[in-house]
Amino acid sequence: MRSPADRRAILLQGLGLGLTGAALWWLARNTGASLAQRGLTIGFGFLRHPANFEIGDTWWIPFSPADSVGRAIIVGLLNTALVSALGCVLATAVGFIAGVLRLSPNPALRGLVRAGVEIVRNTPLLLLLLFLAASLHALPSPQHALVPVRGVFLSDRGLVLPAVAGVGWTIGLAAAAVVAFLSRSRLGTKGWVAAAVLAVAAAVSAIARPPAVQPAHFTGFNFVGGVVLSPELAALLAALVLHQAAHISEVVRGAVLAVPRGQRDAAMALGMSRFQSLRLVVMPVALRAMVPLLATNCVSLIKNSSLAVAIGFPDVVSVLNTAGNQTGHSIETMLIMIAVYLSLSLLVASGLGRYNEHLLHTGTALS
Amino acid sequence: MSDHTVRRTRWSAVRDLLRACFATPSAAIVTIIAIALAAAAVIPIARWALVNATWFGDATDCRRAATGACWAFVRHKAGFILFGLYPAAQRWRPGIAAAILVALVVCTAMPRCWTRWLLAAWALGLTVAVFVMRGGLGLGVVPTQQWGGLPVTIMLTAIGLAGGFPLGIALALGRRSRRPVPRATATAIVEVVRGVPLIAVLYVAVLVFPLALPAGLSVDKLFLAQAAVIVFASAYLAEAVRSGLQLVPPRRLDAGLALGLGWWQTMQRIVLPEALRTVLPSFISIAVGFFQDTSLIVIIGLFDLLNTARSAAQDPNWLGFFTEAFVFAGAIYFCGSAALSRYGLWLERRMARVDPAMRVTRPLSLSVAAPPE
Repeated sequence: MRSPADRRAILLQGLGLGLTGAALWWLARNTGASLAQRGLTIGFGFLRHPANFEIGDTWWIPFSPADSVGRAIIVGLLNTALVSALGCVLATAVGFIAGVLRLSPNPALRGLVRAGVEIVRNTPLLLLLLFLAASLHALPSPQHALVPVRGVFLSDRGLVLPAVAGVGWTIGLAAAAVVAFLSRSRLGTKGWVAAAVLAVAAAVSAIARPPAVQPAHFTGFNFVGGVVLSPELAALLAALVLHQAAHISEVVRGAVLAVPRGQRDAAMALGMSRFQSLRLVVMPVALRAMVPLLATNCVSLIKNSSLAVAIGFPDVVSVLNTAGNQTGHSIETMLIMIAVYLSLSLLVASGLGRYNEHLLHTGTALS
Repeated sequence: MSDHTVRRTRWSAVRDLLRACFATPSAAIVTIIAIALAAAAVIPIARWALVNATWFGDATDCRRAATGACWAFVRHKAGFILFGLYPAAQRWRPGIAAAILVALVVCTAMPRCWTRWLLAAWALGLTVAVFVMRGGLGLGVVPTQQWGGLPVTIMLTAIGLAGGFPLGIALALGRRSRRPVPRATATAIVEVVRGVPLIAVLYVAVLVFPLALPAGLSVDKLFLAQAAVIVFASAYLAEAVRSGLQLVPPRRLDAGLALGLGWWQTMQRIVLPEALRTVLPSFISIAVGFFQDTSLIVIIGLFDLLNTARSAAQDPNWLGFFTEAFVFAGAIYFCGSAALSRYGLWLERRMARVDPAMRVTRPLSLSVAAPPE
């Protein structure tokens, strides 16, 4: 037997559902009418049509205007992935260093880092991005390129870095060794063995094919060799890394300060140095509080990389927007855009949920 | 306290600072390196911005000086950067509108104003501000295409947060409801909006939504952008409110119901006030984030403070002075954001002082991470 309150709730919910459905139906009917007026139909067939637009930056897979819209979107996705991967790693590294430096006992050092963090945190990311992009475009031509470090050129064509050849295998094996080493507690002896074998393999590969640094050289028209980052890509990466690093430094600082002070005092009373107590006692506890926030910051960086559209770097948002404008299928391109970002956010959210459960399970959560 | 003691405490503070800087030889080396780095950054900037700067004249004077900042450009363009394409003779109107909104925000920030009258003040203030900007009833009408600059930035932020707040509370309550329909709807809205970048929400509002309106009905672009900012803000505010609600012990609701108050009354008088107070610092971080993120409307071609600054630097007569334009706009953003952040810290300290029994719980996930754009 249902109570009157339950019956009223069911009635109200039914009413709400009905109204929402009616509103959605009305909007859908209007959309159908406006599309019919423009001679368009909803569908994803346009993804196979030729794109008819250029893409400035292409990494890994080539692209020409004759290729399909779908391929253009994949190129955009790869560009977003490149910026996100490089940006997350660099921002976390820079943010970590800045956060630890802000906890330094030295007021001069602390103040210097704080000034930088405050400036970046209190101005919009887009302002920083537009400023960097304009500054890079205003640089001298390649003939008069600035050379801050030997082999690095800064000009209005972008940032040219020396290429490093023959390190693919070494990096891969070394990374696998680090992963095995980090998961040694779960794998037990097997982890140690795997780490040792992989480390030896990495060393062998480094000796067999020593990494060769190949700086670019200027041939009168352009740079030959080296890795060329276009001004847009360089500005986007720099702005994203600076902005997110400022936020991450606050996360790191907050997490370290949240560790009860007694733990550090105890470590120092046992004769550890300030750095040792930070690394061995405080950081392991702080890291647990930090991980979810570092992940959210990475997701913010990935979402912020969509600002690329403001400076004309062809990330996934920029390509989808162009494709939508050119073909008139802006509803479909928006759906793809939402699907891309939403799946990423939900993936990270579910991963974080599992991590939290793991912490609660093992009783290592920082209250 | 006599003058003598004041001077002594001040001196001892300086002495402590110097002692911390030069405690050990390694600390002294770090101090010297830090000061050298700061000097390497500050000296060239000061030379550019002050010593070699051109304060008066036109572009030719600036180009002759060459090595310094051209503040003459900012003097010349300040009206445009602050007010955009709004007719020059009418600039007092956006000035008044912006002043009203800032006054409302400052008033909202003061705990003594937290009464029912505040809601009425917001309703009245917003109506007057929009009327003064838009015109009508004797004032010349200025279409929104000509609105721009700082008033637009302040308007988008203030109305976005003020409008997003009730919507956010509704979404938070919906998400915690035990009825399936409100729970599912609120969860879906909050997760989808928080899962996509602000640009995607702006694109949907400006490019897709007009298609879903009946033929012949067109909606103002600035209005659509404002609606998008309200919806985006509401999702982030909803999560803050929800985390506040989670910190209120469930027995408060039971106690209210046991006293014979209805569910709505208990929420309104007991649960929500406590929940909202707990997460006030998160609201301030969200506000700082939105003040900066409204600059994204540059991408859909609207003229906020950032876009007017950028356009000013594209004037053919003044090409190449973009740094000055961005520094000017950046200084305004900096002052606004820094003031808000300071206020947040002050509020947190005051809350801890006024009511030490109430632990100011600051959920790390909301206070540290700015809303992702």
